[in-house]
Amino acid sequence: MSVLVFTENWDGKFKKLSFELISYANEIAKKLNTSVTALSIGKVEEEELKKLGNYGADKIISANDDRLKGLNNQAYTSIINQAVAKESATLIIFANNSTGKAVAPRLSAKLKAGLVSAVIALPSNLEPFTITKKVYSAKAFANIIIKTPVRIITLFQNSFGIIESPVNATIENFKPELKDSDLKTEIVEVSKHAGKLLLTDAEIVVSGGRGMKGPENWGTIEELATLLGAATACSRPVSDEGWRPHEEHTGQTGKVIAPNLYIACGISGAIQHLAGISSSKCIVAINKDKDAPIFEAADYGIIGDVMKVLPDLINAVKELKASA
Amino acid sequence: MKILVCISNVPDTTTKIKFTNNGTSFDKTDVQWIINPWDELALTRAMDIKDASGGAIESVTVINVGLADSEPTIRKALAIGADKGIRINAEPKDSYFVAAQLAEVLKKESFDIILCGIESSDFNSSCTGGMLSELLDVPSVSSVSFLNIENGQVKIKREIDGGNESVSTSVPFVGIVQKGIAIEPRIPSMRGIMSARTKPLQVFEPVQVDALVEYVNYELPQPKSACKKIEPENVKELVNLLHNEAKLI
Ligand SMILES: Cc1cc2nc3c(=O)[nH]c(=O)nc-3n(C[C@H](O)[C@H](O)[C@H](O)COP(=O)(O)OP(=O)(O)OC[C@H]3O[C@@H](n4cnc5c(N)ncnc54)[C@H](O)[C@@H]3O)c2cc1C
Ligand SMILES: Nc1ncnc2c1ncn2[C@@H]1O[C@H](COP(=O)(O)O)[C@@H](O)[C@H]1O
Repeated sequence: MSVLVFTENWDGKFKKLSFELISYANEIAKKLNTSVTALSIGKVEEEELKKLGNYGADKIISANDDRLKGLNNQAYTSIINQAVAKESATLIIFANNSTGKAVAPRLSAKLKAGLVSAVIALPSNLEPFTITKKVYSAKAFANIIIKTPVRIITLFQNSFGIIESPVNATIENFKPELKDSDLKTEIVEVSKHAGKLLLTDAEIVVSGGRGMKGPENWGTIEELATLLGAATACSRPVSDEGWRPHEEHTGQTGKVIAPNLYIACGISGAIQHLAGISSSKCIVAINKDKDAPIFEAADYGIIGDVMKVLPDLINAVKELKASA
Repeated sequence: MKILVCISNVPDTTTKIKFTNNGTSFDKTDVQWIINPWDELALTRAMDIKDASGGAIESVTVINVGLADSEPTIRKALAIGADKGIRINAEPKDSYFVAAQLAEVLKKESFDIILCGIESSDFNSSCTGGMLSELLDVPSVSSVSFLNIENGQVKIKREIDGGNESVSTSVPFVGIVQKGIAIEPRIPSMRGIMSARTKPLQVFEPVQVDALVEYVNYELPQPKSACKKIEPENVKELVNLLHNEAKLI
């Protein structure tokens, strides 16, 4: 019996996401009196793999196969399946990101192992295994029992945190078998715009809505974001109008994010928008309409003209940074 | 080529969510039902591809696992333009149950392109498409933001962190679609609404499948504490609060 964590790397590096997963797995493993194995797929140096030990991974198995340059759902599922067998894993943990969403359901169907996605906390009970997730687009919670002996979960980002718990992890090369029939999809071309802080990784997000009036007014949003080390986001009409790129659209039909701080500028706070941002730890709203629904979701609010408030806010942050 | 779009019947996105029976069941009173937004966009894209295909796409079928009360939603999909509807007559128990029912039908009726949404707006599982592909033992391409047929070849783009990838795949495959697949959903035309009434809607009985998980009960979030208001002349105070109280900047 063990807890198996799928840890994803980006160009050979792990992100906080993976450390959060290991921290979470470690907490459950302690309760189950078992160990944590981390599975890494792709080329990652030993130094980097070792980092997973800082959060409680007892063992790291690393599968590096030239045929696995990008995400291939079938091949990944097959490899993870082999790791589950080898480690006799009874709990398998993924991140609830695009990779987790692509692979965990396949593994679930393959193993007939119950899957609960986007869980937001530790299980409330281990037997029967009971766990909570958000449903109805963040309008409610469901408590769910996984009925099968092997269980799979995907963890919603930034819902548990990172806890250091250093152990001396053993590293093992893992050589799973891959059949040609696992390799029916192929990545023919990759296009990446480098350098930008990703919305889903950002701890602070500055977001603009239709109240910003037009793309020409985004200078203040970007300046504030740069000052705070934040990513920029927007409401759906803003990306539909082409004022901002589509990858910035947050909400039910865009990205679902959970930063520590979300600053909503000229956003009304429609229910579909809130579905994407309500897991933020702290929400600041700037809106000229005192009755805008965003204030019901916000922790701090300024009722005022965003065109005036944003420059003042930028100055105030500059002052703070200068005095620090 | 034949396209299948899996559609989930969900409460309208503005629905106020309530539960009955001690929080164990969803209260359907006064709820308006719609095609899950992602599935509506998947269907829109499927119709666009069919219309531009010069006959290469023979048909677009929609399928739903649900009881008779989901038929108006299936009819709406037919009004948007789908040629045929299939309903598997069962109340969805969990994503695995739904995927297994779909897989059973798909073993008998074959499709080249099977589309699912990235998530349903009620259960938010993001599971059905992936499970279905595994049960059918076919490739799945997830996070699909672009789909087209060019010279008989399927062209797919998939979103990745900070960019996208062009992916080639063998058919049949399951495409799990997300933002970008279509911008605005297609609105049924008057003619579409008229013809939807007479389009075929086949009903299959479910097979015996055990759900892997069980929804025990539901809870509503605690009301949020009141928003702290700061005067617009006093932006510095906000920065102080964020720095000293919330410790976020
Ligand atoms: C199926 C479906 C899915 C959807 N999915 C999403 C989604 O994923 N994400 C999303 O965002 N939306 C989504 N929507 C749309 C959503 O319903 C709203 O229409 C949208 O969020 C509104 O965007 P907004 O707040 O930018 O614009 P508006 O609602 O127009 O609000 C603009 C706000 O700016 C304020 N304002 C104007 N001028 C100023 C000023 N000078 N200073 C300060 N404040 C000012 C106004 O008071 C107003 O509150 C969806 C809708 C549907 C039907
Ligand atoms: N009851 C259902 N009938 C048909 N398709 C469904 C059903 N439930 C979910 N789906 C499909 O699976 C996708 C993801 O749903 P879910 O796994 O519930 O988040 C949806 O966008 C639909 O395409």
